Amino acid sequence: MSSFWEYANPRKFMQTTDWLLPVVAWSAVVVTATGLIWGFFFTPDDFRQGSTVKIIFLHVPSALMAINAWIMMLVASLVWVVRRHHVSALAAKAAAPVGLIMTMIALFTGAVWGQPMWGTWWAWDPRLTSFLILFLLYLGYIALWAAIEDPDTGADLTAVLCLVGTVFALLSRYAAFFWSQGLHQGASLSLQSGTRVDWAYKAPLYVSMAGFALIFVALVLAGTRTEIRNRRMKALVARERMA
Amino acid sequence: MIPELGRYATEVLSAYVVSLALLGGIVAWYWLRARAARSQLDQVEQRQERNE
Amino acid sequence: MIALLIRDLRLAIRAGGGFGLGLAFFLILAVLVPLGVGPEPAVLAAIAPGVLWVGALLACLLSLDRIFALDWEDGSLDLLATAPIPLEGVVTIKAMAHWITTGLPLVLAAPVLGVLLNLPPEAFGWLVISLLLGTPALSVIGTFGAALTVGLKRGGLLLSLLVLPLYIPTLVFGAELVSRGAAGLPIQTALALLAGITAGSVAILPFASAAVIRINLR
Repeated sequence: MSSFWEYANPRKFMQTTDWLLPVVAWSAVVVTATGLIWGFFFTPDDFRQGSTVKIIFLHVPSALMAINAWIMMLVASLVWVVRRHHVSALAAKAAAPVGLIMTMIALFTGAVWGQPMWGTWWAWDPRLTSFLILFLLYLGYIALWAAIEDPDTGADLTAVLCLVGTVFALLSRYAAFFWSQGLHQGASLSLQSGTRVDWAYKAPLYVSMAGFALIFVALVLAGTRTEIRNRRMKALVARERMA
Repeated sequence: MIPELGRYATEVLSAYVVSLALLGGIVAWYWLRARAARSQLDQVEQRQERNE
Repeated sequence: MIALLIRDLRLAIRAGGGFGLGLAFFLILAVLVPLGVGPEPAVLAAIAPGVLWVGALLACLLSLDRIFALDWEDGSLDLLATAPIPLEGVVTIKAMAHWITTGLPLVLAAPVLGVLLNLPPEAFGWLVISLLLGTPALSVIGTFGAALTVGLKRGGLLLSLLVLPLYIPTLVFGAELVSRGAAGLPIQTALALLAGITAGSVAILPFASAAVIRINLR
Protein backbone atom coordinates (compact mmCIF):
# COMPACT_ATOMS: atom_id res chain seq x y z
CA MET A 1 0.00 0.00 0.00
CA SER A 2 1.49 3.34 -0.97
CA SER A 3 1.81 5.97 1.70
CA PHE A 4 0.99 9.66 1.42
CA TRP A 5 4.63 10.47 2.15
CA GLU A 6 5.72 8.94 -1.15
CA TYR A 7 4.59 12.17 -2.77
CA ALA A 8 7.32 13.93 -0.81
CA ASN A 9 9.73 12.36 -3.28
CA PRO A 10 10.12 14.96 -6.04
CA ARG A 11 10.32 12.33 -8.79
CA LYS A 12 7.13 10.63 -7.62
CA PHE A 13 5.47 14.03 -7.26
CA MET A 14 6.41 14.99 -10.81
CA GLN A 15 5.18 11.66 -12.20
CA THR A 16 1.83 11.94 -10.45
CA THR A 17 1.20 15.60 -11.17
CA ASP A 18 2.13 15.01 -14.80
CA TRP A 19 -1.33 13.56 -15.39
CA LEU A 20 -3.05 15.05 -12.33
CA LEU A 21 -2.33 18.70 -13.13
CA PRO A 22 -4.17 18.82 -16.50
CA VAL A 23 -7.16 17.06 -14.91
CA VAL A 24 -7.31 19.52 -12.00
CA ALA A 25 -6.63 22.53 -14.23
CA TRP A 26 -9.36 21.72 -16.73
CA SER A 27 -11.89 20.86 -14.06
CA ALA A 28 -10.99 24.16 -12.35
CA VAL A 29 -11.76 26.03 -15.56
CA VAL A 30 -15.01 24.15 -16.15
CA VAL A 31 -16.30 24.35 -12.57
CA THR A 32 -15.37 28.01 -12.05
CA ALA A 33 -16.87 28.99 -15.39
CA THR A 34 -20.05 27.09 -14.52
CA GLY A 35 -20.33 28.74 -11.12
CA LEU A 36 -19.60 32.25 -12.32
CA ILE A 37 -21.76 32.08 -15.45
CA TRP A 38 -24.60 30.59 -13.44
CA GLY A 39 -24.14 33.25 -10.80
CA PHE A 40 -23.79 36.14 -13.21
CA PHE A 41 -26.48 35.32 -15.78
CA PHE A 42 -29.02 33.08 -14.09
CA THR A 43 -29.58 34.37 -10.59
CA PRO A 44 -32.39 36.80 -9.68
CA ASP A 45 -31.63 40.21 -8.18
CA ASP A 46 -31.95 40.47 -4.44
CA PHE A 47 -34.89 42.61 -3.34
CA ARG A 48 -32.68 44.78 -1.15
CA GLN A 49 -29.19 44.55 -2.65
CA GLY A 50 -30.27 44.55 -6.30
CA SER A 51 -27.77 43.11 -8.74
CA THR A 52 -24.81 43.62 -6.37
CA VAL A 53 -25.69 40.29 -4.82
CA LYS A 54 -23.98 38.73 -7.85
CA ILE A 55 -20.63 39.86 -6.41
CA ILE A 56 -21.01 37.20 -3.71
CA PHE A 57 -19.94 34.52 -6.22
CA LEU A 58 -16.50 36.13 -6.36
CA HIS A 59 -16.24 37.60 -2.89
CA VAL A 60 -17.01 34.62 -0.68
CA PRO A 61 -14.98 31.98 -2.59
CA SER A 62 -11.92 34.24 -2.86
CA ALA A 63 -12.10 35.20 0.82
CA LEU A 64 -12.42 31.53 1.73
CA MET A 65 -9.41 30.58 -0.37
CA ALA A 66 -7.38 33.52 0.94
CA ILE A 67 -7.65 32.05 4.43
CA ASN A 68 -7.36 28.42 3.32
CA ALA A 69 -4.21 29.22 1.35
CA TRP A 70 -2.56 30.53 4.51
CA ILE A 71 -3.68 27.44 6.44
CA MET A 72 -2.26 25.24 3.70
CA MET A 73 1.04 27.17 3.89
CA LEU A 74 1.07 26.69 7.65
CA VAL A 75 0.55 22.92 7.33
CA ALA A 76 3.13 22.65 4.55
CA SER A 77 5.63 24.66 6.63
CA LEU A 78 5.08 22.38 9.61
CA VAL A 79 5.59 19.32 7.43
CA TRP A 80 8.83 20.85 6.17
CA VAL A 81 10.04 21.71 9.67
CA VAL A 82 9.19 18.29 11.08
CA ARG A 83 9.91 15.90 8.21
CA ARG A 84 12.22 17.95 5.94
CA HIS A 85 10.37 17.15 2.71
CA HIS A 86 11.44 19.63 0.07
CA VAL A 87 8.24 19.33 -1.95
CA SER A 88 6.34 20.56 1.07
CA ALA A 89 8.43 23.73 1.43
CA LEU A 90 8.17 24.40 -2.29
CA ALA A 91 4.40 23.92 -2.21
CA ALA A 92 4.16 26.54 0.55
CA LYS A 93 6.24 28.88 -1.57
CA ALA A 94 4.03 28.27 -4.61
CA ALA A 95 0.84 28.85 -2.61
CA ALA A 96 1.73 32.32 -1.32
CA PRO A 97 1.22 34.36 -4.52
CA VAL A 98 -2.10 32.58 -5.11
CA GLY A 99 -3.21 33.47 -1.60
CA LEU A 100 -2.12 37.06 -2.21
CA ILE A 101 -4.22 37.28 -5.38
CA MET A 102 -7.21 35.72 -3.60
CA THR A 103 -6.86 38.33 -0.83
CA MET A 104 -6.73 41.09 -3.44
CA ILE A 105 -9.87 39.78 -5.13
CA ALA A 106 -11.68 39.54 -1.81
CA LEU A 107 -10.65 43.08 -0.86
CA PHE A 108 -11.54 44.55 -4.24
CA THR A 109 -14.90 42.85 -4.62
CA GLY A 110 -15.65 43.77 -1.02
CA ALA A 111 -14.88 47.43 -1.74
CA VAL A 112 -17.10 47.64 -4.83
CA TRP A 113 -19.82 45.79 -2.97
CA GLY A 114 -19.50 47.97 0.10
CA GLN A 115 -19.75 51.18 -1.90
CA PRO A 116 -23.44 50.88 -2.85
CA MET A 117 -24.45 48.86 0.25
CA TRP A 118 -22.73 50.73 3.07
CA GLY A 119 -22.05 53.96 1.16
CA THR A 120 -18.29 53.62 1.49
CA TRP A 121 -15.49 51.82 -0.32
CA TRP A 122 -13.62 51.06 2.80
CA ALA A 123 -14.50 50.93 6.46
CA TRP A 124 -12.21 49.98 9.31
CA ASP A 125 -14.38 47.03 10.02
CA PRO A 126 -12.80 44.05 11.83
CA ARG A 127 -13.16 41.65 8.93
CA LEU A 128 -11.82 44.12 6.39
CA THR A 129 -8.96 45.04 8.68
CA SER A 130 -8.09 41.38 9.25
CA PHE A 131 -7.93 40.86 5.51
CA LEU A 132 -5.67 43.84 5.06
CA ILE A 133 -3.35 42.40 7.72
CA LEU A 134 -3.46 39.03 5.96
CA PHE A 135 -2.50 40.84 2.75
CA LEU A 136 0.53 42.39 4.48
CA LEU A 137 1.55 39.01 5.90
CA TYR A 138 1.44 37.46 2.43
CA LEU A 139 3.58 40.32 1.11
CA GLY A 140 6.16 39.85 3.87
CA TYR A 141 6.25 36.08 3.35
CA ILE A 142 6.77 36.40 -0.41
CA ALA A 143 9.37 39.15 0.04
CA LEU A 144 11.35 37.00 2.50
CA TRP A 145 11.35 34.06 0.07
CA ALA A 146 12.53 36.36 -2.69
CA ALA A 147 15.29 37.90 -0.59
CA ILE A 148 17.12 34.70 0.45
CA GLU A 149 19.34 32.94 -2.02
CA ASP A 150 19.97 29.59 -0.36
CA PRO A 151 16.76 27.55 -0.87
CA ASP A 152 16.98 25.52 2.35
CA THR A 153 17.64 28.58 4.50
CA GLY A 154 14.76 30.33 2.76
CA ALA A 155 12.45 27.40 3.43
CA ASP A 156 13.40 27.33 7.12
CA LEU A 157 13.11 31.07 7.68
CA THR A 158 9.80 31.42 5.85
CA ALA A 159 8.44 28.42 7.75
CA VAL A 160 9.23 30.10 11.08
CA LEU A 161 7.75 33.37 9.78
CA CYS A 162 4.60 31.50 8.76
CA LEU A 163 4.21 29.99 12.23
CA VAL A 164 4.83 33.27 14.07
CA GLY A 165 2.72 35.17 11.54
CA THR A 166 -0.20 32.81 12.13
CA VAL A 167 -0.14 33.50 15.87
CA PHE A 168 -0.01 37.25 15.30
CA ALA A 169 -2.69 37.08 12.59
CA LEU A 170 -5.05 35.45 15.08
CA LEU A 171 -4.13 38.03 17.72
CA SER A 172 -4.70 40.85 15.22
CA ARG A 173 -8.05 39.44 14.29
CA TYR A 174 -9.05 39.40 17.93
CA ALA A 175 -7.61 42.90 18.38
CA ALA A 176 -9.58 44.16 15.38
CA PHE A 177 -12.83 42.82 16.80
CA PHE A 178 -12.03 44.40 20.15
CA TRP A 179 -11.21 47.70 18.47
CA SER A 180 -14.28 48.23 16.35
CA GLN A 181 -17.68 46.68 15.99
CA GLY A 182 -18.20 46.18 12.30
CA LEU A 183 -20.60 46.82 9.50
CA HIS A 184 -19.91 43.45 7.95
CA GLN A 185 -22.70 40.94 7.97
CA GLY A 186 -22.04 37.69 9.78
CA ALA A 187 -21.05 34.59 7.89
CA SER A 188 -23.63 34.25 5.15
CA LEU A 189 -23.20 30.49 4.99
CA SER A 190 -23.23 28.62 8.24
CA LEU A 191 -24.10 25.08 9.08
CA GLN A 192 -26.70 25.81 11.73
CA SER A 193 -28.99 28.15 9.85
CA GLY A 194 -29.25 26.95 6.31
CA THR A 195 -32.05 29.27 5.40
CA ARG A 196 -30.27 32.59 5.54
CA VAL A 197 -29.22 32.57 1.91
CA ASP A 198 -31.68 31.23 -0.59
CA TRP A 199 -30.83 28.10 -2.60
CA ALA A 200 -31.03 30.12 -5.81
CA TYR A 201 -27.81 31.79 -4.63
CA LYS A 202 -26.38 28.97 -2.58
CA ALA A 203 -26.11 26.44 -5.41
CA PRO A 204 -23.99 28.60 -7.75
CA LEU A 205 -22.05 29.86 -4.73
CA TYR A 206 -21.03 26.32 -3.77
CA VAL A 207 -20.05 25.67 -7.38
CA SER A 208 -17.82 28.74 -7.51
CA MET A 209 -16.31 27.86 -4.14
CA ALA A 210 -15.38 24.45 -5.52
CA GLY A 211 -14.08 26.17 -8.64
CA PHE A 212 -11.85 28.56 -6.70
CA ALA A 213 -10.55 25.67 -4.60
CA LEU A 214 -9.68 23.78 -7.80
CA ILE A 215 -7.95 26.88 -9.22
CA PHE A 216 -5.90 27.09 -6.05
CA VAL A 217 -4.91 23.42 -6.18
CA ALA A 218 -4.04 23.62 -9.87
CA LEU A 219 -1.89 26.72 -9.42
CA VAL A 220 -0.11 25.27 -6.39
CA LEU A 221 0.64 22.04 -8.29
CA ALA A 222 1.90 23.98 -11.29
CA GLY A 223 3.97 26.32 -9.13
CA THR A 224 5.48 23.45 -7.17
CA ARG A 225 6.44 21.69 -10.41
CA THR A 226 8.16 24.88 -11.57
CA GLU A 227 10.03 25.19 -8.28
CA ILE A 228 11.16 21.56 -8.42
CA ARG A 229 12.40 22.04 -11.99
CA ASN A 230 14.23 25.23 -11.03
CA ARG A 231 15.93 23.48 -8.14
CA ARG A 232 16.94 20.53 -10.28
CA MET A 233 18.32 22.90 -12.87
CA LYS A 234 20.35 24.76 -10.26
CA ALA A 235 21.75 21.47 -9.00
CA LEU A 236 22.70 20.38 -12.55
CA VAL A 237 24.37 23.70 -13.32
CA ALA A 238 26.28 23.53 -10.06
CA ARG A 239 27.46 20.00 -10.93
CA GLU A 240 28.53 21.25 -14.35
CA ARG A 241 30.68 23.92 -12.76
CA MET A 242 32.26 21.41 -10.40
CA ALA A 243 33.22 19.08 -13.26
CA MET B 1 -26.55 39.13 -23.77
CA ILE B 2 -25.61 40.81 -20.50
CA PRO B 3 -28.45 40.62 -17.97
CA GLU B 4 -30.17 43.76 -16.73
CA LEU B 5 -28.04 44.90 -13.81
CA GLY B 6 -29.99 48.01 -12.86
CA ARG B 7 -28.17 50.90 -11.31
CA TYR B 8 -25.37 48.80 -9.90
CA ALA B 9 -24.08 47.72 -13.32
CA THR B 10 -20.71 49.44 -12.93
CA GLU B 11 -20.00 47.87 -9.56
CA VAL B 12 -20.96 44.34 -10.56
CA LEU B 13 -19.20 44.47 -13.92
CA SER B 14 -16.02 45.99 -12.50
CA ALA B 15 -15.95 43.35 -9.73
CA TYR B 16 -16.15 40.58 -12.33
CA VAL B 17 -13.73 42.17 -14.78
CA VAL B 18 -11.05 42.97 -12.19
CA SER B 19 -11.33 39.61 -10.44
CA LEU B 20 -11.09 37.67 -13.68
CA ALA B 21 -8.18 39.85 -14.76
CA LEU B 22 -6.35 39.13 -11.50
CA LEU B 23 -7.01 35.40 -11.80
CA GLY B 24 -6.02 35.44 -15.46
CA GLY B 25 -2.87 37.35 -14.57
CA ILE B 26 -1.64 34.86 -12.01
CA VAL B 27 -2.58 31.90 -14.21
CA ALA B 28 -0.61 33.43 -17.10
CA TRP B 29 2.34 34.19 -14.81
CA TYR B 30 2.45 30.62 -13.43
CA TRP B 31 2.06 29.27 -16.98
CA LEU B 32 4.93 31.34 -18.37
CA ARG B 33 7.18 30.49 -15.46
CA ALA B 34 6.39 26.79 -15.85
CA ARG B 35 7.20 26.94 -19.55
CA ALA B 36 10.47 28.78 -18.96
CA ALA B 37 11.54 26.34 -16.25
CA ARG B 38 10.71 23.34 -18.44
CA SER B 39 12.61 24.58 -21.47
CA GLN B 40 15.65 25.66 -19.45
CA LEU B 41 15.80 22.34 -17.64
CA ASP B 42 15.52 20.47 -20.95
CA GLN B 43 18.41 22.51 -22.35
CA VAL B 44 20.66 21.83 -19.38
CA GLU B 45 19.80 18.13 -19.37
CA GLN B 46 20.51 17.76 -23.08
CA ARG B 47 23.81 19.59 -22.74
CA GLN B 48 24.86 17.29 -19.91
CA GLU B 49 23.90 14.15 -21.84
CA ARG B 50 26.06 15.27 -24.73
CA ASN B 51 29.00 15.86 -22.45
CA GLU B 52 28.82 12.44 -20.84
CA MET C 1 24.95 37.50 30.56
CA ILE C 2 25.20 40.77 32.44
CA ALA C 3 28.56 41.36 30.81
CA LEU C 4 26.89 40.90 27.42
CA LEU C 5 24.14 43.33 28.34
CA ILE C 6 26.68 45.96 29.44
CA ARG C 7 28.70 45.41 26.27
CA ASP C 8 25.62 45.85 24.07
CA LEU C 9 24.56 48.97 25.94
CA ARG C 10 28.05 50.47 25.58
CA LEU C 11 28.12 49.71 21.87
CA ALA C 12 24.67 51.19 21.36
CA ILE C 13 25.57 54.42 23.14
CA ARG C 14 29.00 54.75 21.56
CA ALA C 15 28.73 53.45 18.01
CA GLY C 16 27.61 56.41 15.97
CA GLY C 17 24.18 57.58 16.98
CA GLY C 18 22.13 54.41 17.23
CA PHE C 19 21.14 55.68 20.64
CA GLY C 20 18.97 58.78 20.54
CA LEU C 21 18.10 58.40 16.88
CA GLY C 22 14.75 56.83 17.70
CA LEU C 23 14.11 59.46 20.31
CA ALA C 24 14.84 62.29 17.86
CA PHE C 25 12.53 60.67 15.33
CA PHE C 26 9.78 60.44 17.94
CA LEU C 27 10.19 64.13 18.75
CA ILE C 28 10.14 65.18 15.10
CA LEU C 29 6.99 63.15 14.48
CA ALA C 30 5.23 64.80 17.43
CA VAL C 31 6.17 68.21 16.00
CA LEU C 32 5.23 67.37 12.42
CA VAL C 33 1.79 65.96 13.15
CA PRO C 34 0.31 69.22 14.56
CA LEU C 35 1.92 71.11 11.69
CA GLY C 36 0.19 68.79 9.24
CA VAL C 37 -3.13 68.41 11.01
CA GLY C 38 -3.55 71.95 12.29
CA PRO C 39 -3.37 73.40 15.81
CA GLU C 40 -7.00 72.67 16.77
CA PRO C 41 -6.68 71.44 20.43
CA ALA C 42 -9.72 69.13 20.31
CA VAL C 43 -8.51 67.40 17.15
CA LEU C 44 -5.02 66.94 18.56
CA ALA C 45 -6.37 65.58 21.84
CA ALA C 46 -8.45 63.02 19.92
CA ILE C 47 -5.57 61.71 17.81
CA ALA C 48 -2.78 62.07 20.40
CA PRO C 49 -2.87 58.48 21.78
CA GLY C 50 -2.73 56.98 18.30
CA VAL C 51 -0.03 59.35 17.06
CA LEU C 52 2.16 58.74 20.09
CA TRP C 53 1.79 54.99 19.78
CA VAL C 54 2.46 54.93 16.03
CA GLY C 55 5.44 57.21 16.65
CA ALA C 56 6.84 54.88 19.32
CA LEU C 57 6.37 51.96 16.95
CA LEU C 58 8.23 53.61 14.07
CA ALA C 59 10.96 54.91 16.36
CA CYS C 60 11.48 51.34 17.60
CA LEU C 61 11.66 50.13 14.02
CA LEU C 62 14.49 52.53 13.15
CA SER C 63 17.12 50.89 15.32
CA LEU C 64 16.10 47.25 14.83
CA ASP C 65 18.58 46.40 12.09
CA ARG C 66 21.41 47.39 14.43
CA ILE C 67 20.57 44.65 16.91
CA PHE C 68 22.49 41.93 15.06
CA ALA C 69 24.09 43.72 12.10
CA LEU C 70 27.42 44.64 13.73
CA ASP C 71 27.82 41.27 15.46
CA TRP C 72 27.03 39.51 12.19
CA GLU C 73 29.60 41.51 10.21
CA ASP C 74 32.55 41.04 12.54
CA GLY C 75 31.72 37.43 13.31
CA SER C 76 31.03 37.84 17.02
CA LEU C 77 27.58 36.37 16.45
CA ASP C 78 29.23 33.04 15.64
CA LEU C 79 31.18 33.30 18.88
CA LEU C 80 28.02 34.12 20.83
CA ALA C 81 26.27 31.13 19.26
CA THR C 82 29.00 28.79 20.50
CA ALA C 83 29.36 30.54 23.87
CA PRO C 84 28.34 28.69 27.05
CA ILE C 85 25.18 30.78 27.51
CA PRO C 86 22.26 29.51 25.39
CA LEU C 87 21.46 31.45 22.24
CA GLU C 88 17.93 32.04 23.54
CA GLY C 89 19.51 33.98 26.41
CA VAL C 90 21.72 35.96 24.05
CA VAL C 91 18.68 36.93 22.00
CA THR C 92 16.76 37.96 25.11
CA ILE C 93 19.68 40.10 26.28
CA LYS C 94 19.91 41.71 22.85
CA ALA C 95 16.20 42.54 22.96
CA MET C 96 16.61 43.91 26.47
CA ALA C 97 19.51 46.13 25.40
CA HIS C 98 17.40 47.39 22.50
CA TRP C 99 14.56 48.13 24.87
CA ILE C 100 16.79 50.02 27.31
CA THR C 101 18.32 52.14 24.55
CA THR C 102 15.14 52.70 22.52
CA GLY C 103 11.98 51.72 24.38
CA LEU C 104 12.77 53.21 27.77
CA PRO C 105 13.72 56.69 26.45
CA LEU C 106 10.47 56.68 24.46
CA VAL C 107 8.48 55.90 27.60
CA LEU C 108 10.19 58.75 29.44
CA ALA C 109 9.81 61.22 26.55
CA ALA C 110 6.19 60.37 25.77
CA PRO C 111 4.57 62.57 28.48
CA VAL C 112 6.49 65.62 27.22
CA LEU C 113 5.30 64.97 23.70
CA GLY C 114 1.83 64.38 25.10
CA VAL C 115 1.86 68.02 26.19
CA LEU C 116 2.74 69.07 22.65
CA LEU C 117 -0.19 67.05 21.32
CA ASN C 118 -2.63 68.35 23.94
CA LEU C 119 -3.22 64.93 25.49
CA PRO C 120 -5.96 65.08 28.16
CA PRO C 121 -4.45 65.15 31.68
CA GLU C 122 -6.15 61.90 32.76
CA ALA C 123 -4.40 60.06 29.95
CA PHE C 124 -0.78 60.78 30.92
CA GLY C 125 -0.59 57.99 33.47
CA TRP C 126 -2.12 55.50 31.05
CA LEU C 127 0.22 56.63 28.27
CA VAL C 128 3.28 55.87 30.39
CA ILE C 129 1.82 52.59 31.66
CA SER C 130 0.79 51.42 28.19
CA LEU C 131 4.19 52.25 26.69
CA LEU C 132 5.99 50.68 29.63
CA LEU C 133 3.96 47.50 29.14
CA GLY C 134 3.98 47.54 25.34
CA THR C 135 7.48 48.56 24.27
CA PRO C 136 9.16 45.36 25.56
CA ALA C 137 6.92 43.45 23.15
CA LEU C 138 8.01 45.79 20.35
CA SER C 139 11.67 45.07 21.12
CA VAL C 140 11.18 41.31 21.32
CA ILE C 141 9.13 41.12 18.12
CA GLY C 142 11.64 43.40 16.42
CA THR C 143 14.50 41.16 17.51
CA PHE C 144 12.73 38.28 15.80
CA GLY C 145 12.46 40.34 12.61
CA ALA C 146 16.09 41.39 12.87
CA ALA C 147 17.10 37.75 13.31
CA LEU C 148 15.16 36.79 10.17
CA THR C 149 16.88 39.39 8.01
CA VAL C 150 20.34 39.29 9.60
CA GLY C 151 22.17 37.73 6.68
CA LEU C 152 20.61 39.91 3.98
CA LYS C 153 22.37 42.77 2.27
CA ARG C 154 19.37 45.08 1.94
CA GLY C 155 17.37 43.84 4.88
CA GLY C 156 16.12 47.20 6.14
CA LEU C 157 12.99 47.60 4.06
CA LEU C 158 12.16 43.91 4.27
CA LEU C 159 12.56 44.14 8.04
CA SER C 160 9.85 46.81 8.25
CA LEU C 161 7.56 44.84 5.98
CA LEU C 162 7.96 41.74 8.17
CA VAL C 163 7.78 43.43 11.55
CA LEU C 164 5.04 46.03 11.13
CA PRO C 165 2.17 43.53 10.66
CA LEU C 166 3.37 41.74 13.79
CA TYR C 167 3.20 45.03 15.71
CA ILE C 168 -0.52 45.47 15.02
CA PRO C 169 -1.95 43.76 18.13
CA THR C 170 0.38 45.67 20.45
CA LEU C 171 -0.47 48.94 18.71
CA VAL C 172 -4.22 48.34 18.87
CA PHE C 173 -4.32 47.46 22.56
CA GLY C 174 -1.76 50.09 23.55
CA ALA C 175 -3.49 52.99 21.80
CA GLU C 176 -6.88 51.70 22.91
CA LEU C 177 -5.71 51.64 26.52
CA VAL C 178 -4.62 55.30 26.33
CA SER C 179 -7.78 56.56 24.61
CA ARG C 180 -10.00 54.62 27.01
CA GLY C 181 -8.04 56.01 29.93
CA ALA C 182 -8.45 59.50 28.48
CA ALA C 183 -12.20 59.04 28.11
CA GLY C 184 -12.58 57.53 31.57
CA LEU C 185 -13.87 54.22 30.21
CA PRO C 186 -13.08 50.84 31.79
CA ILE C 187 -9.54 49.81 30.83
CA GLN C 188 -9.13 46.34 32.37
CA THR C 189 -9.55 44.36 29.12
CA ALA C 190 -7.08 46.43 27.12
CA LEU C 191 -4.62 46.47 30.01
CA ALA C 192 -4.79 42.72 30.53
CA LEU C 193 -4.51 41.97 26.80
CA LEU C 194 -1.57 44.34 26.30
CA ALA C 195 0.25 42.80 29.26
CA GLY C 196 -0.67 39.35 27.95
CA ILE C 197 0.79 40.03 24.51
CA THR C 198 4.00 41.35 26.03
CA ALA C 199 4.33 38.43 28.44
CA GLY C 200 3.59 35.92 25.67
CA SER C 201 6.03 37.50 23.23
CA VAL C 202 8.81 37.72 25.80
CA ALA C 203 8.25 34.10 26.80
CA ILE C 204 8.00 32.53 23.34
CA LEU C 205 9.62 34.68 20.67
CA PRO C 206 13.25 34.36 21.92
CA PHE C 207 13.03 30.65 21.04
CA ALA C 208 11.90 31.51 17.52
CA SER C 209 14.61 34.19 17.19
CA ALA C 210 17.31 31.82 18.41
CA ALA C 211 16.13 29.11 16.00
CA VAL C 212 16.22 31.62 13.15
CA ILE C 213 19.75 32.74 14.06
CA ARG C 214 20.94 29.12 14.11
CA ILE C 215 19.49 28.66 10.62
CA ASN C 216 21.18 31.84 9.41
CA LEU C 217 24.55 30.83 10.85
CA ARG C 218 24.43 27.36 9.29
